[in-house]
Amino acid sequence: MTDNLYMPYLMRIERITYEAPGVKTFMLKFVNEADQDKFSYKAGQFGEYSVYGVGESTFCIASSPTRKGYIECTFRQTGKVTNALSDCEEGSIIGFRGPYGNVFPIDEWKGKNLLFIAGGIALPPMRCVIWNALDMRENFKDVTIIYGARTVKDLVYKDELKDWELRKDVKLVTTVDPGGESPDWRGEIGFVPTIVEKIAPSSKDTIAIVCGPPVMIKYTFPVLAKLGFSDNSIYTTLENRMKCGFGKCGRCNVGKVYVCKDGPVFTLAQLKELPDEY
Amino acid sequence: MNIDKRLVRKDSLEKLFDILKRNSKTIYAPFTKNGKTTFRDTESFSGISTGYIQTSESSKDIAFPRAEKLLEYSKNKEGMTVKGIDINDIPEVILWGVRPCDAAGIGELSSIFNWDYKDEIFNNRLSRVTVFGFSCNKSDEYCFCTSVGGNPGNTAGSDILFTRMGDDGDYLAEVLTEKGLSVVSMATDLFEKSETSGKEKFLAEVQVRFNHEEIKERLSKYFESKEWVEQSMRCLGCGACAYVCPTCACFDIQDEAHGRKGSRVRCWDSCGFSHFTLHTSGHNPRDVQSARWRQRIMHKFSYMPERLSVYGCTGCGRCSRACPVDMNILEHLISIQEVTV
Repeated sequence: MTDNLYMPYLMRIERITYEAPGVKTFMLKFVNEADQDKFSYKAGQFGEYSVYGVGESTFCIASSPTRKGYIECTFRQTGKVTNALSDCEEGSIIGFRGPYGNVFPIDEWKGKNLLFIAGGIALPPMRCVIWNALDMRENFKDVTIIYGARTVKDLVYKDELKDWELRKDVKLVTTVDPGGESPDWRGEIGFVPTIVEKIAPSSKDTIAIVCGPPVMIKYTFPVLAKLGFSDNSIYTTLENRMKCGFGKCGRCNVGKVYVCKDGPVFTLAQLKELPDEY
Repeated sequence: MNIDKRLVRKDSLEKLFDILKRNSKTIYAPFTKNGKTTFRDTESFSGISTGYIQTSESSKDIAFPRAEKLLEYSKNKEGMTVKGIDINDIPEVILWGVRPCDAAGIGELSSIFNWDYKDEIFNNRLSRVTVFGFSCNKSDEYCFCTSVGGNPGNTAGSDILFTRMGDDGDYLAEVLTEKGLSVVSMATDLFEKSETSGKEKFLAEVQVRFNHEEIKERLSKYFESKEWVEQSMRCLGCGACAYVCPTCACFDIQDEAHGRKGSRVRCWDSCGFSHFTLHTSGHNPRDVQSARWRQRIMHKFSYMPERLSVYGCTGCGRCSRACPVDMNILEHLISIQEVTV
């Protein structure tokens, strides 16, 4: 039966990158080339990753659609499935179905400044759109990335952070929570909202994309408002628990809105319309 | 297609059953045991229940089984083999004795499984089911089909709807679909031309208790109401309401492993369970029972009408009958209509 919505693609783990304690990135390639040929996705979409015999888990596609031939996912080892994924080795076969959900409207952002603000393990859902934008860099004005984690060790994509730091066309600011710094830490020290306030990026012609733990998001929005960002120029993603990924299993909805169908990407203006249930 | 009305003599039902059996049809019909009436695969007509107001559980599992394999996998030296379920393994079934509220629920389930992505597993199962509805000639205080757009002789969802004309009378058979017609064609003699007009006088009386359009309207401003806490104070979060409901479709997906082989299984779930929306981080968007109860009512009477243009309730009243702490959805809905927001 070809119309089985629940049938994952078989994916081979091509490369495993250790990012931070408990956090890994898998580079995945399609076992069947025909699957690869018909697969396409856009930045912001997510999928269901599975270890056969253990179950499925939901996370974003962390790689940019401009990089062809593979997808990447980054996850923290926390539950049953992510622990089983973490036990997988290079060459192992896992399942993936997707892409699901809406996308970052990157084409609408052309000609503007982009401000990315991420905390902790929430850089992965943003990394797809960061690389997507950097791979078509000429379409945007200033690109600023503010990224924070609890400690220096907890920063993910350390190699890419170095890349971005060296690039002249990207302004990167990294920060760690007070007490999370190491002796040789040269970045900022302070919580993300504080650092955003300190850097005070201009809101003129700027789109802000904010992903992070709820507490970071909660305190970052007012800072952005103070800087003059409108609710329509701030984007974020919601991460509710899901099983199916396509609006049937009934658990990711916030009011009448399905995170899997109408999200995961929302503007702050859209979030303000939703009941407080996420 | 036009509704084709036929007369089926009271002693012809058994003949119909036998003809279907001779045509190797699988028939699921209601049987009563220890006070519970449930559908089961039957070879014989005798013993099929007729006196029930309703089966104890809905008939939804015929198209949406409580646990169903989505795929099977096996690991071997060369890698991994995964295969989806084969739709040829899904048997064709006649579902005999379905009450109109359950038959109507099939349409609502269909809306959920097809509103965007088409769930072909569900659709294939459903396409293999022929529904013999039986109109209700009695009801109880839990029934409220007429408040949600149904009625005891509602044809929605049935392929043939039988209405008994009087306690010991013959049956009016309304042949509603091609599937129904194909049954008639196997036993044309039993489906006589009918002069009968009007089945209404033989149907149970179910009073309209609230206006579902008004409930929907009110719910749009009701999210923050304290009423949810009041209503759900005694809710145990057992999920019984969802399991007996003809339209509840929320499900979980779990893997079952047996050595190097196993399967991925879709199984019923309930929005009433505390872990239903629990994140791995420990955060839970619906962290109290009142939020979960609110979800149940809002989903059925506000979100579904708005997103799918159908209500998620057929007024069968089973959730109230099954509730171990006597919560009564009808009372709650009436109070939502009456309370000033």
